[in-house]
Amino acid sequence: MATSALRKMLVQVEEVFHEGGDAPPVPLRRGAVLAVIDNPFAGRYVADIQPFMDDLRPLGDRMAARLLEALGGDPRAVEGYGKGAIVGAAGEIEHGALWHNPGGYAMRDLLGGENSRAIVPSTKKVGGLGTRIDIPITHVNASYVRSHFDAIEVGIPDAPRAGEMLLVLAMTTGPRIHSRAGGLAAADITGKDGLR
Amino acid sequence: MRSPVRKIISFIEETHIEAGQPVSPPTRRAVAAAVIVNPFAGQYEVDLTLLMEIGEEMGEELSRRALALLGVTGNRIESFGKGAAVGEDGELEHAAALMHPRLGAPVRHLIGHAPALIPSSKKRCGPGAAFDVPLGHVVAAKVRSHFDGIEVRIPDAPRAAEIVLAVALTDSGRPLPRVGGLLLADVKGADGLV
Repeated sequence: MATSALRKMLVQVEEVFHEGGDAPPVPLRRGAVLAVIDNPFAGRYVADIQPFMDDLRPLGDRMAARLLEALGGDPRAVEGYGKGAIVGAAGEIEHGALWHNPGGYAMRDLLGGENSRAIVPSTKKVGGLGTRIDIPITHVNASYVRSHFDAIEVGIPDAPRAGEMLLVLAMTTGPRIHSRAGGLAAADITGKDGLR
Repeated sequence: MRSPVRKIISFIEETHIEAGQPVSPPTRRAVAAAVIVNPFAGQYEVDLTLLMEIGEEMGEELSRRALALLGVTGNRIESFGKGAAVGEDGELEHAAALMHPRLGAPVRHLIGHAPALIPSSKKRCGPGAAFDVPLGHVVAAKVRSHFDGIEVRIPDAPRAAEIVLAVALTDSGRPLPRVGGLLLADVKGADGLV
């Protein structure tokens, strides 16, 4: 299967200095990379779609590398991650599900096993041009770390067209700004199971 | 930064294909936008000097960030623009004070030769409103291939007492320009217009 043509790529970084409380010494950085590609299955039902996961992997690697670079390039600085997809109107939600494997493992391989034990949280939807999506974020090593539960809203005004997919990877460099809602703290992560 | 900034968002958008045609090199547009606490929200203030000073500092800060995203030297910048979204307890005049008196000079200094008017727009709105930053060529405002606009939207800003201030820079015009007008190759470059 041919690799889908890349129409657009967007890299964004949000630097949060404070949210009304004292500014921490290092601002929180929240980044996302978005790619707009053709959906090879748009407009018809295709039963066997899994080979497209392998086709997406090089794009996933490229996106993860761009995002890490935008956040300063140090894999150890990445503390949270997430991913998502918006499938254009002529596609299926199932097409978005093909992003789970290549998108998630692109980030986990880049960050290394010691810094990505947790499942990469995700969301997806079918939508039209300008649709926004909230990418869920959790801690890279322990999904239950409460301070790192977060989300980043992203979108592109002219995407996805009906025959396109918009793929997203997201990374953060720390807890929510002024996080103080208790629960499991990053300093108290015990297991190697990716959860706690 | 001395300015009261809550957060800064920056992004770069690359267009690799437009209307099925490859765009090579891709056109690239970068935006940096700051969420600024509005010192005059909810009150009428005659003297807006403080906002003008913030505008000057943020003009340099935001254009530096947009330039860094593009990864080029200032003389490679082809178009620019600015825009502001004022929260509900502020005035459009506050946006004007941020953008018009002093913001442009540091942006132009970063680019080098950039005599054209920096196109701008402003609005009052709530958090999550989209606003469009107009773009025009940095040397000659009439270069038609570089008339453009880029949408900026921050989900949680501007709050009532905030102002979102954005600076956009590109190293390219529209992806497939073909509506004529003044061409880049014909720019005289003296008056900022042609």
